[in-house]
Amino acid sequence: MSFQNFQDFQNEVLRLITDPKLTFRERMIELAKAADDQLDIIEYSEATRKLIEQNIVFQMFEGSAPFRPRYCVPDYSLFMKQGSKFLQLEPPTDIWSAVGNLMCFYHNQTGAGGLPVYAGCLDELLDPFITDEAEARKAIKMLLTHMDTTNGDAFFHADLSGRDNKAARILLELSAEMQRPCPNMSMLYRADTPDELALAAIRAGLECSKPSFANDALYRADNGDYAVVSCYNTLPIGGSGMTLVRLNMQYLPRLASTKEQLLDEVIPAVTAAMCEVIDKRTQFIVDTCHYYENTYMFKEGLLHNDTDHMIGMFGYAGLAECVNGILKPADVSGRYGNCEEADALGEAIMERMYTEMNKYQPKYGKICLHAQVGVMEDKDCSPGGRIPIGDEPALPMHLRQFARMHKYCAAGCGDIFPFDETAKRNPEAILDIIKGAFAVGVRYLSFYSNDSDVVRITGYLVKRSDMEKFSAGEQTLHDATVLGKGITEGLGLLDRKVRGV
Amino acid sequence: MITAPVNKIIPFSCVDGPGNRTAVFLQGCNQACLYCHNPETIAMCSNCGACVAVCPAGALSMEEGEVRYDITKCCLCDACLKACPSLSSPRIRQLTAEQVMGEIAVNLPFISGITVSGGECSLHPDFIRELFTLAREKGKSTFIDTNGQTPLWEQEALLAVTDKTMIDLKSGDDDEHRQMSGLSAALPMENIRRLAPLGKIYEIRTVVVPGLLDNRRTVEAGARLIAPYPDIRYKLIRYRPFGVRPAMPETPVPTDDEMAELEALARSCGVQDVCVV
Repeated sequence: MSFQNFQDFQNEVLRLITDPKLTFRERMIELAKAADDQLDIIEYSEATRKLIEQNIVFQMFEGSAPFRPRYCVPDYSLFMKQGSKFLQLEPPTDIWSAVGNLMCFYHNQTGAGGLPVYAGCLDELLDPFITDEAEARKAIKMLLTHMDTTNGDAFFHADLSGRDNKAARILLELSAEMQRPCPNMSMLYRADTPDELALAAIRAGLECSKPSFANDALYRADNGDYAVVSCYNTLPIGGSGMTLVRLNMQYLPRLASTKEQLLDEVIPAVTAAMCEVIDKRTQFIVDTCHYYENTYMFKEGLLHNDTDHMIGMFGYAGLAECVNGILKPADVSGRYGNCEEADALGEAIMERMYTEMNKYQPKYGKICLHAQVGVMEDKDCSPGGRIPIGDEPALPMHLRQFARMHKYCAAGCGDIFPFDETAKRNPEAILDIIKGAFAVGVRYLSFYSNDSDVVRITGYLVKRSDMEKFSAGEQTLHDATVLGKGITEGLGLLDRKVRGV
Repeated sequence: MITAPVNKIIPFSCVDGPGNRTAVFLQGCNQACLYCHNPETIAMCSNCGACVAVCPAGALSMEEGEVRYDITKCCLCDACLKACPSLSSPRIRQLTAEQVMGEIAVNLPFISGITVSGGECSLHPDFIRELFTLAREKGKSTFIDTNGQTPLWEQEALLAVTDKTMIDLKSGDDDEHRQMSGLSAALPMENIRRLAPLGKIYEIRTVVVPGLLDNRRTVEAGARLIAPYPDIRYKLIRYRPFGVRPAMPETPVPTDDEMAELEALARSCGVQDVCVV
């Protein structure tokens, strides 16, 4: 937030450094954000500035003077092969040096939250170093403990390749056993992923709400070699998510009274504004702050600055509320997710947004759609194009609707399905659902068992027990607990329809 | 056109056979078990009309002496089931196999197969045969969930399109079986005996009811029948009092120890796959 006068700014600083619920590290990050927010120097057009003031174009707390890309997705395979001159690391030779090099690397990355969002495709990185399984288990356990305790938010994401190997099995077993929310985890589910491995992942998922499943065929077609990072952002390896700007679609009915006006006037206008903000913020990072010249990761070839590797993330949320706000249905049978007219409008909005977005030529990189998972302040705004909680239709309809509304989300989307604990006895049933979902075009899905402590909030994971502690006024290890607590109350997220399959 | 009375269709079920399945429940049963958990599926509707007045959604009406049900208006509040004096439901639709396949087409990419249950589905063998023929054309596996009170081994055409059956064994003793369900144990046991060597049984199930049934005797009888066939699972189900009729005597729920003891008994008789739920 930016302040009208210096006294307000001082009050905010004092609040931050005395808030008993913020840990030391959280205070530092919040202080830095407060400072960068005072530097309001990117110039936007008048129309765009107005949409920012109306909170329709929303800058996602990135700060008004971004000096680094929001997400950095370095090429970990190359890092393992060559070590790092800047970090003075030789390439690893055994499981301990492999784990050690990764831990060093995690501490030396750039990102909007001050923390890494991508931990590498861990099974592929570690498997070549496994000789003694018991020893590897110890090393990997240390790595996972380190990740959870030092990263402090649940936006640190490890991927699994979808190929069967010892490291993948160990990572799944340890995740279920350790019950820690970080790292978030995705399996890049491929056409040739063996059922046995997928079932092991599902069993782990029913214990600790991870991994989620990414539709590898779809994302590979969009991005080439890609990673799932943060909540479920999908970005090319060696690339950067330059900035994430979000279109708050729930407010669009304020600007349009008819479908036609929404599609033909409002969507083109707000899409152009979104692209302008993304473009100018990216230019600020590249041209003013000289991000690439100033990071060793670029110099060592771990990051690239060509068009395909600089992704402006065009986030959106509240599609459902936008559709319902225009159509004003009398009851649930006419609402988004439950009625063809509403869904057809949702699809038309997405088509139009995608077409308009592609007309815009940014100076750097390309702009891709991302179904944003929500922020703590959200009320009456469902993540991306998700169906509001409470309005969920039967699962087969829900999955098809999700695929239809998120076709263009090359930079990631996801939905979450809690299952009754009876699913634990029949993980094959969930595998059937995943296979079917991917066959009908679903890009990404997460599930958890309704009786788990670690639960998925909108994309990231938190512990129910931590949210209870935080409510009672205690500090918790993960700052995502704070976000989770707020957003859970705002959107009733733990009231999702539990699937009794 | 062969039709069957469809009580309901559950799009995804993980408790009606392997993998994710669409479960089709048919109305009407030739037993009336005391502990039945969905007693509204037992009898066919007598068109008494008691339910019509209590429907808050206007989904039920009397026309030409028959209760009519409009699924599009139904709010699934179950007021009609509570008002029914005869263990039935007005929410029954007479559907052909083609109609059922049409309704479940949307589920097909997400399921391993379909399971027909009830009520007692084996009272409608021709309907099931047609439905299974269509399901197999779509590459889906076909399961029958049955009380075993019809001689399934005689239904060769049906078995030819059926992958597996799941057969209840409520008691290993004729008198006890009669007390619990109204019919003896002879046919269920004969079905198990005859279908097992054909590879047509996925599992047999026994509901464990302490204080009322001789559970050890039943489990021993069931286990001996399937022990020679290592692929057949014995599923032991804890009795739970939810949703049963007032006629069911109050009885304790089995403890973990009791279930573990019965599981061990089944294993000691040679059953390799025992599942306790």
